[in-house]
Amino acid sequence: MTIALYKSEKLKKEIKTMKSIRIGGGAGYGGDRIEPAVDLIKYGNLDYIIFECLAERTIALGQLQKLSDNTKGYNELLEYRMEKVLPLIKEKNIKVITNMGSANPISAMNVIKEMAKAMNISNLKIAAVLGDDISNNIEKYLDNTVIETGDKLESITNIISANAYIGCKGIVEALENGADIVVTGRVADPSLVLGPLIYEFKWNFTDNDLLGKGTLAGHLLECAAQVMGGYFVDPPYKEIKDLWNLGFPIGEVNEEGRIVISKLEQAGGEVTVDTCKEQILYEIQDPENYFTPDVVADFSKVSVRQIEKDKVLIEGARGKAATGLYKTSVGYKDCFIGEGEISYGGTGAYERAKIAGEIIRKRLEYIKLPIEELRIDYIGVNSLYGSSLKEKDSYDEVRLRVAARTLTKEDANVIGNEVEALYTNGPAGGGGARKYVREIVSIASILIPAEDIKISVQYEEV
Amino acid sequence: MKLREIAHSRTGDKGNISVISVIAYDEKDYQKLKEEVTVEKVKKQFKHIVKGKITRYEIESLGALNFVMENALGGGVTRSLSIDPHGKSLSSLLLEIEIDIDK
Repeated sequence: MTIALYKSEKLKKEIKTMKSIRIGGGAGYGGDRIEPAVDLIKYGNLDYIIFECLAERTIALGQLQKLSDNTKGYNELLEYRMEKVLPLIKEKNIKVITNMGSANPISAMNVIKEMAKAMNISNLKIAAVLGDDISNNIEKYLDNTVIETGDKLESITNIISANAYIGCKGIVEALENGADIVVTGRVADPSLVLGPLIYEFKWNFTDNDLLGKGTLAGHLLECAAQVMGGYFVDPPYKEIKDLWNLGFPIGEVNEEGRIVISKLEQAGGEVTVDTCKEQILYEIQDPENYFTPDVVADFSKVSVRQIEKDKVLIEGARGKAATGLYKTSVGYKDCFIGEGEISYGGTGAYERAKIAGEIIRKRLEYIKLPIEELRIDYIGVNSLYGSSLKEKDSYDEVRLRVAARTLTKEDANVIGNEVEALYTNGPAGGGGARKYVREIVSIASILIPAEDIKISVQYEEV
Repeated sequence: MKLREIAHSRTGDKGNISVISVIAYDEKDYQKLKEEVTVEKVKKQFKHIVKGKITRYEIESLGALNFVMENALGGGVTRSLSIDPHGKSLSSLLLEIEIDIDK
């Protein structure tokens, strides 16, 4: 790989001397590894670390937990992570911003407080950002249109939660009031990074270009390892050594919003223009209009440049004023999915698997199981792409997979049971039958006026 | 040759929408990407999977294209019956597209 270094001495000087904030990406999803985050805290010379832990429906599942136990509903790895992180952050003078509060930021704050007390940590201020949870006001929005279906929200039954994607204002307020740890519920992922940048550099909430740049910084860091070689390797074109030791990224942002992504020297992975480009475009629809509650960010003119080994400069993001509407995720109990799988091997494996699949199809018709949709796949042949790619002449192993959507758990159970019955009733040599039933909580998205949301921050101290 | 020889890709998802980037390894190949990886070709490649509209965005400064595919995830990430409800593996199908360029 050739590395185009700093284009000019002037640029090098600017980058080396710029007043900047170092933010670590400490988690890319709710269940992510902790060791790379601990290494960042210990050796990364960080000012902040963020833990982004909420997928679209995580918070709805959190609301269900909270309904059965009102002290729960925050990220299940909160205690595990804080046990490792709390003893280090005071010594290293690093602040933590996280959405691990999920459906219950107050409870998460209290848990952290109790843990800090037990560790004899003092002089620590913890903030919980509130206001995203509008579950109790959902009746007000039954006339709103569901983005995914175009129907009115009133068409959805069994609603369990409603959380608006709020921006970074609560985080900024918490930092202004001296918080060391900020726990939120549903904030937009990049806002976890934009918040500290606005606070540190006193950026104006109406300077949309800066908000766009800060949003890009957040977007680059929010998936942690994905910007430095995670989810990237594809030999022989894209190869990275020591992937087992993959680290998490550091984003260095200056007051003009210039971003440098780097990594710890000892960590596995690589930071290259290619790893960064993949992450810039990840989950972005129209690059000119990336909607967040803080800004409409424009990544369409962003450029990336390798300035040193494992150091990439990213600039050129811009922004337009936010829409004044907050996307709100409404969680509801949707349906059940029943699944069953069984494998066939050796010569004729695919033929026998197909016989098995046909048996299931006919059995489900015969017993008149009420099914909304049935899907029969052959893993190893067509489970990912259907018939998009040409089939081979033969396969050494094929796994039949049957999945169906049903209204009740009892009906969903039948799917796996029918597949399991292929042991004694199906073609020869079927092995490794497995069955699963899942209750499905789905998300309907609506837009609500930003002014309906009242953000507030609560604090605890030890 | 296959697209994967000159470009890389990553898939993201939002509801029932799949978003797939196509990034030239060498920015000099970006023009070729624009000519070869058309919406039409992508539609054909995904005709068994994508039921809705496909939109292509061009990001010249990154030497990349971004495809937004609607009604692509079997009803949406949560309720899809697919073994890969997020469609994470769809980038690899896109990179299988045959392109016609001299290398």
